[in-house]
Amino acid sequence: MNETAPVSTAKVAEMQPALAVEGLGYAYGPVLALDNVSFDVRPGRFTGLLGPNGAGKTTLFALITRLLRPASGWIEIAGEDLAEASSAALAPLGIVFQQPTLDLDLTVRQNLRYFASLHGMARSQADRRIERELERMEMAARANERVRTLNGGHRRRVEIARALLHDPQLLILDEPTVGLDVPTRAAIVDHVHGLAQQDGLAVLWATHLIDEILDDDALIVLHKGKVVDRGRTADVVSRAGAKDLGEAFEKLTGEGMS
Amino acid sequence: MSGQWAPYGRALRGVMWREFLRFLHQRQRFLAAMVRPLVWLFLFAAGFRAALGLSIIPPYQTYISYEVYIVPGLVAMIQLFNGMQNSLSMVYDREMGSMRVLLTSPLPRWFLLLARLSGGVFVSIMQAYAFLLIAYLFGIEMPLIGYLAVFPALVLTGLMLGSLGMLLSSTVRQLENFAGIMNFVIFPMFFASSALFPLWKIRESSVALYHVCNWNPFTYGVELIRFALYGELNFTALAVVIASFLGFMLAAVWAYDPARGLRGGAMA
Repeated sequence: MNETAPVSTAKVAEMQPALAVEGLGYAYGPVLALDNVSFDVRPGRFTGLLGPNGAGKTTLFALITRLLRPASGWIEIAGEDLAEASSAALAPLGIVFQQPTLDLDLTVRQNLRYFASLHGMARSQADRRIERELERMEMAARANERVRTLNGGHRRRVEIARALLHDPQLLILDEPTVGLDVPTRAAIVDHVHGLAQQDGLAVLWATHLIDEILDDDALIVLHKGKVVDRGRTADVVSRAGAKDLGEAFEKLTGEGMS
Repeated sequence: MSGQWAPYGRALRGVMWREFLRFLHQRQRFLAAMVRPLVWLFLFAAGFRAALGLSIIPPYQTYISYEVYIVPGLVAMIQLFNGMQNSLSMVYDREMGSMRVLLTSPLPRWFLLLARLSGGVFVSIMQAYAFLLIAYLFGIEMPLIGYLAVFPALVLTGLMLGSLGMLLSSTVRQLENFAGIMNFVIFPMFFASSALFPLWKIRESSVALYHVCNWNPFTYGVELIRFALYGELNFTALAVVIASFLGFMLAAVWAYDPARGLRGGAMA
């Protein structure tokens, strides 16, 4: 792995979507969780995956991360087929899971080193990148603290730093702001928008909170396992004949806004 | 190590190091794991020595006390408990998240599972040596070569029992809690083996039980450790342990196949 900045990596990949999902289907027994889901996520773009609870967002994430295997359809990450070339497809993928995944008894640095080793990084390179990403998340001073002593917002920041350690082209986050207070939530939403706009990262952000998605973001609205609309947020809103995203979400899913 | 294998080596080291750090933070669990075999050694064995006469069987070259006889079985018991506990924590981890971090890294799944298993084996070996040290301090001494020779034996028995745990916990739903594992796996495997009594002694009382013990892979783990502790190699035990490990491991990797989904279906 060489030390290319995320920007240049993304530029190379500009021609192809960072994530392409086509005709994806998945069922839990007789219950259809995802039905013919197709979309793509482009570099330099923050793509919101909006859906009420139970829409299939987490199932979709489990499929993209290869924790489940689709019943139908395919997934490509940076042009690599996830089923055919799992390792090559998972390598450019950064993930922030919905549930906490840090070891509480380990320090921030130990957690990040563990992750770096799973991605085959040598110690010196890992330590450089840990420094860089913690710096970016303003967590460098906490590197030697045990995760147990950190609050929820700081733990999330560590998880985002971790997801970026291996310079992914695609960052996916599953309801990453659940349980965080309002200012922390806003800061993380801002930061990840910045990662897309300034660093050229492709971002897929699942949420049921409409205020996390901006007018210029790409949007996928998922409802009962189906994509009910997708496109630029502002376009989705006007197509729905709504005055704002909240109303559009309500019209598309029949749910009250969050 | 270089080239394409370097990431594997780094990942393996990373996983082992994580298990070691977690182990350091779980001293209570460590103490609990020590108390169990020590109770067997000092209470059960002490009471039993009078009741049981042991003749000379390999690898022993002289009459031995019952405490000496059961040490290898108790070492194997440490690994049995560890293997089951480790696999249960993998199920828990899988639902909770850290297993997801492991399984979404860009290495083959069989390797990731093997690495995680090795981490657990590593911890069980440290416990086994701590137990042997305590036994030594109380006068149960093995030849010096035995303490070295037992290391590879512990690696193999640890892998065998750990992969069995992985297989059971990922396929048999009822075994998700530790009570189930105790009743249906640990106790039967431990008692129906050569851990507490030599097989010839068991045969004297029940031929059927003798056959059960003979089919129990745990018996071969115990014997591999027993012979290794005296610097000897029991080839039959070695073959059975390796074959069992490979069988359990292949089945466990299959059981972790994503096509079969994460158990519980609580993903939606």
